[in-house]
Amino acid sequence: MAKRQVMFTFPAELIKEPIIYNLGHKFKVVTNIRRADVTENRGWVVLELEGEEADIEQGIAWVTNKGVRVDPVIGDIVEG
Amino acid sequence: MQPVNVCDFCLSPLEVSYDYKTLAKALSREKLAQGPLTMWRYRDMLPVEGKEVDIGAGFTPLVKADNLGRELGLDRLYIKNDCLNPTYSFKDRPVSVAVTKAREFGFGTVACASTGNLAASVAAHAAKANMKAYVFVPSNVEPGKLVGTAIYDPVLVKVDGSYDDVNRLCNRLAERYNWGFININLRPYYAEGSKTLGYEVAEQLGWRAPDCVVAPAASGLLFTRIWKGLDEFSMLGLIEPVNTHMYLAQAAGSSPIVNAFQAGSLHVHPVEPDTIAKSIAIGNPADGYYALMVARQSGGGACAVTDEEAVAGMKLLAQTEGIFAEAVGGVVVGALRKLAASGSIKRNQLTVAFITGAGPKTQEIVADVVRPVTIQPTLESFEEVLSVPA
Repeated sequence: MAKRQVMFTFPAELIKEPIIYNLGHKFKVVTNIRRADVTENRGWVVLELEGEEADIEQGIAWVTNKGVRVDPVIGDIVEG
Repeated sequence: MQPVNVCDFCLSPLEVSYDYKTLAKALSREKLAQGPLTMWRYRDMLPVEGKEVDIGAGFTPLVKADNLGRELGLDRLYIKNDCLNPTYSFKDRPVSVAVTKAREFGFGTVACASTGNLAASVAAHAAKANMKAYVFVPSNVEPGKLVGTAIYDPVLVKVDGSYDDVNRLCNRLAERYNWGFININLRPYYAEGSKTLGYEVAEQLGWRAPDCVVAPAASGLLFTRIWKGLDEFSMLGLIEPVNTHMYLAQAAGSSPIVNAFQAGSLHVHPVEPDTIAKSIAIGNPADGYYALMVARQSGGGACAVTDEEAVAGMKLLAQTEGIFAEAVGGVVVGALRKLAASGSIKRNQLTVAFITGAGPKTQEIVADVVRPVTIQPTLESFEEVLSVPA
């Protein structure tokens, strides 16, 4: 089993969507929320994903396709 | 200490902490002043135990910028010229600490993902430490920066993908390989090297903090560490309490922290970078929140500068102070101009602007300045074309 620590950033139109719930049901991925800040017009969630590599990859691709930005939990790794 | 960068519980970034009471007893201005003329004069305040990997970073000039100050209406303006580090950018400071820690932790390989300056510094320090280096760069890095990295003979990997693709790839590599990844598992130690900029400025000003600081912000790390350096000097009794107003500068095409500051928000919303100032083209800054808090709590601010204003700033800095900075330096000068013009920074405030990387690596940005006068190899031709009185 693999683990991936990621940050989801939600645009306003997706704030009320149960994206994380659906991620856990559509794919064999355990979602474990550690930190979050959600308001009526934007929000972010830091969470750990656990599952087989392929399931995590497919899950992240699905979330990204829905319009959620997915980043490494530490932000951008590329620096100047 | 371990090579970890986030808390297991909340996944927040980890910081190095110090026993300031013990440090305060051991340190004095006199003792520090006797140290080497590099960043390692502050070794006691850095998280290292073994012999440092030192290529001579730090203790760069702090120059009184009278000509630039006159142009901008600032009587007490100083430039901290950190272009004059061994690989021509401030990155030598944090990397020197990070590679020292990598060797202490027993890593044989160090790695990083960079648009140029960090890459060169990691490769140079790895060469000095006899370590292997893997350096990952996006495909659009400027040619001058590739040469400035490759000369140290790292494994240079150009990733054919978007900026976000490079981010994701490096995150996966860091999970899979037992490397000292400079800005991932070594990040808490890497970060500490940048605070020597704050120390040096305070010492070079005669053991005092400036009234105002203007510094670039990419990940936000440098900006917060300049503040931390000043704050630590004060906690250790080396300078008076710090009342410095901290102003951060970003390129308008990549300004998530400025956006949050201006919106009065605590959330730094990621953006897609689009600027010639590639060294600060960070769309999702790791320390954005902390930089935002430093700007707010210090009574400072945040200022964005267009690419055109940055190029004008590069030229103004070169033509007034003789300093050829990269585009980020132009962003800082552009921000300085705006802050002075708006009255945010007053004429008599002691202000330090941080110039963090040298221009020759990306000279194509200002190639339009090359307009030579062509003459025949005769005295007559010279005088005819240029009309210079004898």
